[in-house]
Amino acid sequence: MSSALSLAHEPVTGIRHGKLGMWIFLASEVMFFSGFFTAFIILRNTNLPVFAHGASELNWPLAALNTVNLIVSSLTMAMAILSLEHGNKSRFQLYMGITFLCACGFLVIKYIEYTAKFSHGIYPGTSSFFGMYFTMTGFHAIHVIGGMIPIGWMLAKSFTKRGYQDWERVEILGLYWHFVDLVWIFLFPVLYLIF
Amino acid sequence: MAAVATTQHDHAHVATHDAAHAHDHAHHSVSFIRKYIFSTDHKTIAKQFLSTSMFFLLVGGAFALFIRWQLAYPGEPIPLVGKWLPDTLVSNGAVQPGFYTQLVTMHATIMIFFVIIPMATGAFANFCIPLMIGTDDMAMPTVNMVSFWLVPIAGLTIMSGFFVEGGTAAAGWTNYPPLSASGTGHTLWVIGVFLVGFSSILGGMNYLATTLNKRAKGMRMFDMPLTVWALFITSILQVLGTPVLASAVSLLFVDQVFHAGIFIPENLLTSTGGLFPNGANVGAGGGGQPVLFQHLFWFYSHPAVYIMILPIMGVVSDILATFARKAIFGYKAMVFALMAIAFLGFVVWGHHMFLSGMSPLLGTTFMLSTIVIAVPSSIKIFNWLGTIWKGNIHFATPNLNALGFISTFVCGGLSGIFMAIGPIDVYIHDTYFIVAHIHYVLFGGALFGIFAGVYYWYPKMFGKMYNETLGKFHFFLTFITFNLCFFPMHMIGVGGHMRRIHDPYVYEFLKPFQPINQFITIFAILMGFSQLILIFNLLWSLKFGRTAPRNPWRANSLEWAAPAHPGHGNFDRDITVYRGPYEFASPQSKRDYLPQWIRPAHVDAEQEATVVGKH
Repeated sequence: MSSALSLAHEPVTGIRHGKLGMWIFLASEVMFFSGFFTAFIILRNTNLPVFAHGASELNWPLAALNTVNLIVSSLTMAMAILSLEHGNKSRFQLYMGITFLCACGFLVIKYIEYTAKFSHGIYPGTSSFFGMYFTMTGFHAIHVIGGMIPIGWMLAKSFTKRGYQDWERVEILGLYWHFVDLVWIFLFPVLYLIF
Repeated sequence: MAAVATTQHDHAHVATHDAAHAHDHAHHSVSFIRKYIFSTDHKTIAKQFLSTSMFFLLVGGAFALFIRWQLAYPGEPIPLVGKWLPDTLVSNGAVQPGFYTQLVTMHATIMIFFVIIPMATGAFANFCIPLMIGTDDMAMPTVNMVSFWLVPIAGLTIMSGFFVEGGTAAAGWTNYPPLSASGTGHTLWVIGVFLVGFSSILGGMNYLATTLNKRAKGMRMFDMPLTVWALFITSILQVLGTPVLASAVSLLFVDQVFHAGIFIPENLLTSTGGLFPNGANVGAGGGGQPVLFQHLFWFYSHPAVYIMILPIMGVVSDILATFARKAIFGYKAMVFALMAIAFLGFVVWGHHMFLSGMSPLLGTTFMLSTIVIAVPSSIKIFNWLGTIWKGNIHFATPNLNALGFISTFVCGGLSGIFMAIGPIDVYIHDTYFIVAHIHYVLFGGALFGIFAGVYYWYPKMFGKMYNETLGKFHFFLTFITFNLCFFPMHMIGVGGHMRRIHDPYVYEFLKPFQPINQFITIFAILMGFSQLILIFNLLWSLKFGRTAPRNPWRANSLEWAAPAHPGHGNFDRDITVYRGPYEFASPQSKRDYLPQWIRPAHVDAEQEATVVGKH
């Protein structure tokens, strides 16, 4: 920017571009998962026995463990943001590391669940319930992986010589991560707990 | 309007101190690839969207001509290209039934997802928003680049369907299951639509953040030109509507690949018996709901209709005000009407499904909410007429196209009211009446508005003036052939001509319509080839066009404060906004217009120096 031009002023809303963009993106994501939940409600109401039977075959204790897993990771994500904002690099690394491990743990448990289903001959084509189950949890898992990439990148960057200071960026990632957590909090009772 | 531009004085220099800093950051070196291919500059991305969509416009148009040829002269070889097409598509050069359904599907898919939406939002939003709100670029330039590059990838994915076994998608652009629940072509269609939808979401997110966050100093929301308002509201539709289409096609994908029975009804039998490999097992674990797909699909695709038309309404508002030399009539009413249309657009999707078997009571609610849309639409039409009423109208090409938009859009809007009424829709559903309606609003409406916008901003995009004579010739030829092509479709539609039929003359009662179909086809071909004038004009003027002045239309909005062919960073002067965008015939100025960026104390001196100035 040349000094004569002051086009790139502070954001009018006072919210950083990326953060505003993330909120808008999350609104879009809410609609994306709403589509799935709508389809689930309609199909469940017209195929009640199939859905009750399908839900009873799911492993709810494992899913409950995963719920705890994601809630913990949400907490550590928030603490990582605070640590970085206060300039506490080692704390940031610790909390961000725990967040990353929780995400890995979530995927491992998901993998155990999926393979258990496959070994019992249950696939997305088994019934409309499992079609919905694999689509919804699958897209959620893709979102988890999508969050792990920047988490890992920021964590790795903070170990380099230059370090990582942009706590606002971590905050934007945090918004996304809490959303991913929130989607699971809806998925868990809807898929696993309603018989 | 060319006369207007030439009467302006050519003040070669910008008097303000900013001149020294002009293009300051336009000169830092950028590699060819970053500058022209993977560019993050909003103007380049807009041009990429524009050229990609122009290419797809020709492809989609060619498909339309194949369709028309078959309807006019069924069984006769397609002229010129028929003998080059493979035997899987044509027999003796004539369109085969399977190819016909693919053509119908791909014509609509391409025109909607790869022409009108990328032009209306991708090209115009990218070009206009940063310039019209007086900023240097989008809020998230990299996201913007990704949003463009998803479009060609999606386009190639869908088009590659022509080269797989069984051909490309052939279930109509709405791709209803169970018809669409098998076949590689349909899977490719689903993937392509998912990708192009993602592009739309990323774009909409960027346009919203930019409009909210990057407005120039002094610019309130109600100082924005209607183009920006319309694009802003359209972006909300994109962000909230498109993801629902994404979830619908994702579930369709699961049905296609795993036969889960989400949309495929239980124990579906088909005439071939071979639609699904595991036959009776399909959906055995729970009956799917084909109508559920229709609900999810139209929850996006009705708002998509407004994604295609609202930006155009904004563009046309600005063009009409500029060429009538009058303030837009009822600026705030126009904004609230846009909001009302957008809101109602989300609650009317069921009017596409009167015949789907849903409850007639539910249909009635959709019918009422649909008819209510006529109110904000009429507010817009009357305000446009109020704008040009007793104006000093200049019939330049952009304005001709804008007026063409209004007249055809009114026709399309009126036939829309027929269809909104359930009992009438039962009769005209899936006939050529609906084909006439969609083309009156999407070709006559959206595309004329797109032409208007392309001509209007061409000087700012490329720094050259287009050829006015060719532009007018293109408009009149298109407008006349358009009406002669699409108006008769209303009549054959009411006569019962089906919307998608390979050979209508297998029915005795449709045989008398063959001469009308031939009439339509002749003008469709003329209309198709008229578009070559546009392409020629745009390309020829790039090289041989007159150099454009900074503000050729003597307009008020901020893009005309930028240099004639703005470089990276757009502006060469500080931008502060002092007034709304429609100050025509203001008593504060000697001239008949008063741009938004002129300081109140220096109106005459600054306007003289910076508005008319050439560089």
